[in-house]
Amino acid sequence: MILHLIFYAYALVAVASAVMVIASRNPVHSVLSLVVTFFAMAAVWMILHAEFLALILLLVYVGAVMTLFLFVVMMISVRQESRRKGFVRYLPFGILIVALIIGLVVIGIGPERFDLSHYPAPLLPGADYNNLTQLGSILYTDYVYPFEIAGVLLLAAIIAAITLAHRGPVQRKVQNPAAQVAVRREDRIRLVNMPVEKK
Amino acid sequence: MNFTLPLFSAAFPELILLSMTCIVLLADIFLPARLRGLTYYLTQLTLVLAFVAAFMQYQDYPEPIITFHRGYIVDKLAILSKLIMYVFSLFAFIYARDYIKERRIATGEYYLLGLFSVLGMSIMVSAYSLLTIYLGLELLSLSLYAMVAMYKDSTLATEAAIKYFVMGALASGLFLYGISLLYGITGDIQIATIAQTLQSNLNLVALVALIFIISGLIFKFGAVPFHMWVPDVYQGSATPVTLFIASAPKVAAFVIMVRVLVQALPSLQVAWEQVLILVAILSMFFGNLLAIAQTNLKRMLAYSSIAHIGYTLLGILAGPQSAQGYSAAMFYISTYVLVAAGAFAIIAILSKQGMEFDQLNDYRGLNARNPWLAFMMLLLMFSMAGVPPTVGFFAKLGLLQALVEAHLVWLAVLALVFALIGAYYYLRIVMLMYFEEPATPQHSQHIAVSPGLAAVISVNGVAALALGLLPSTFIDLCRISVG
Repeated sequence: MILHLIFYAYALVAVASAVMVIASRNPVHSVLSLVVTFFAMAAVWMILHAEFLALILLLVYVGAVMTLFLFVVMMISVRQESRRKGFVRYLPFGILIVALIIGLVVIGIGPERFDLSHYPAPLLPGADYNNLTQLGSILYTDYVYPFEIAGVLLLAAIIAAITLAHRGPVQRKVQNPAAQVAVRREDRIRLVNMPVEKK
Repeated sequence: MNFTLPLFSAAFPELILLSMTCIVLLADIFLPARLRGLTYYLTQLTLVLAFVAAFMQYQDYPEPIITFHRGYIVDKLAILSKLIMYVFSLFAFIYARDYIKERRIATGEYYLLGLFSVLGMSIMVSAYSLLTIYLGLELLSLSLYAMVAMYKDSTLATEAAIKYFVMGALASGLFLYGISLLYGITGDIQIATIAQTLQSNLNLVALVALIFIISGLIFKFGAVPFHMWVPDVYQGSATPVTLFIASAPKVAAFVIMVRVLVQALPSLQVAWEQVLILVAILSMFFGNLLAIAQTNLKRMLAYSSIAHIGYTLLGILAGPQSAQGYSAAMFYISTYVLVAAGAFAIIAILSKQGMEFDQLNDYRGLNARNPWLAFMMLLLMFSMAGVPPTVGFFAKLGLLQALVEAHLVWLAVLALVFALIGAYYYLRIVMLMYFEEPATPQHSQHIAVSPGLAAVISVNGVAALALGLLPSTFIDLCRISVG
């Protein structure tokens, strides 16, 4: 029972902060709301006995990725959105789509079809069970192929990011005295023999 | 724990692609600037090697082989689509070479990201678990987003890249949500296991999962109602990128559609058949109708691609009842890709720096300016419209036969009506090229094309004719592979 309360509290926080991410006009607030969302999700994962993943989410996403993201947002100093253009115009369409999806999810996978009696929870593992060992033992054996593809995906992302950010080599504009002294007349002037133009 | 070593030789094409991609990457970084041209040749060599490896597999593995913890499959469908994809990527890089060099698009990175997307497609077509399918799809999409955005001088391309990225991310999210639901009810992500579990235990949750998965797939495929990104991305991207997006990825998308719908969810066949009927009709209707209103050739071809995807879906939905449904769809999509690649290639060849040759008016009187290119365009347009001697006719014929066999005669009639509407705008281009005068006098000089490119585009155009005159070999190949 107490676990239910904890779950609902964190789930509520997750949804509310996710709404804040898109509703907030200040980009810094959006990023911070996203941090809260990740934090709440980590707590939910913890309830699901996925301790390792929950900690990784906190360390990697909250600790590293979102901090970097915050730096970027502050550095490029995105202006606050002054007015939302077309918000009212697209609102009915958006509400329709959201209502459709929520309706689909509630009717399709509501509690009467997707509950513990249809799909019983897995047995609780013993005290010597270790999430990390389990993950490590299948990640590099059974799941080595998807794991490698994920690595390639990151490599492709690095190349893509560099390509998009790269604006050509930047060279220092300094003088090279040796080259200046060694310059010859032939390097700078070319005399061309041209016929006289007739009017 | 027990762990069996995977059969690495089964994944030989992918291994070659990956290791060669890394070599190309290092070569492009460390070679001096005057030797950078080598990147292009290494890229093409990679594709040729992968092609040879896949071709050898075609003879070596007559039976499907599943390995890598049941996440990887080598069957005829995977091998044939790999062969097709490697060939089209090779052609796409040939067409791209001069274009990107003229427009200061980063050449080395273009080929690298191209190779990564080819690798992603390879992974997709021989994936046998939903996780591998998703990873391959992401590898492909990520590289494509970057390739669209690489044309930094063009604001249209940047806009297209943003649209493509946001839409693609949304589609991936939908697809993943569907996968998570499927995992929830079956407890596995492997395709054969999912099919087995669902046979005994079918309920409404599976249907909801199907709706999300099918939305994601249709998004990636570019069919109505998730087609909004197609015209903008096709028009905005640099023409070789459009060519690349419009060619090999369509074959890969077709294969994962078959894997997910036909092989993983056969028990939901009644449901997805109805969805596909609706999607196919809407795609053919909107694609063909909106294409008529376009004045930009790239945009017109984008709408026409939506319509052609609709036709391909007809083959998939006829498949369960008709023996030749899937093979007809495979034949249709691969020949359409051949023709679309040719059409975009002609736009790329005719475009000069600072001037895109993509308005319909530019094609007025093309016959007088370069008769051979005009003739190639004529063949390609005839093939798209489905005029008899070209391959497009047999592709459409096969589809209609499959539909009639599947007792969907009304759908066949509808498809025929839409094909007639479509013929109007394809033939309009032929009319512009042959029976109209150039719009302005400066549009009437002769257009010179380098002999190498002319040879390649001739191979492309003549293939559309030759496959139409002698279609039986390729049809048989499709039937053996997909059937």
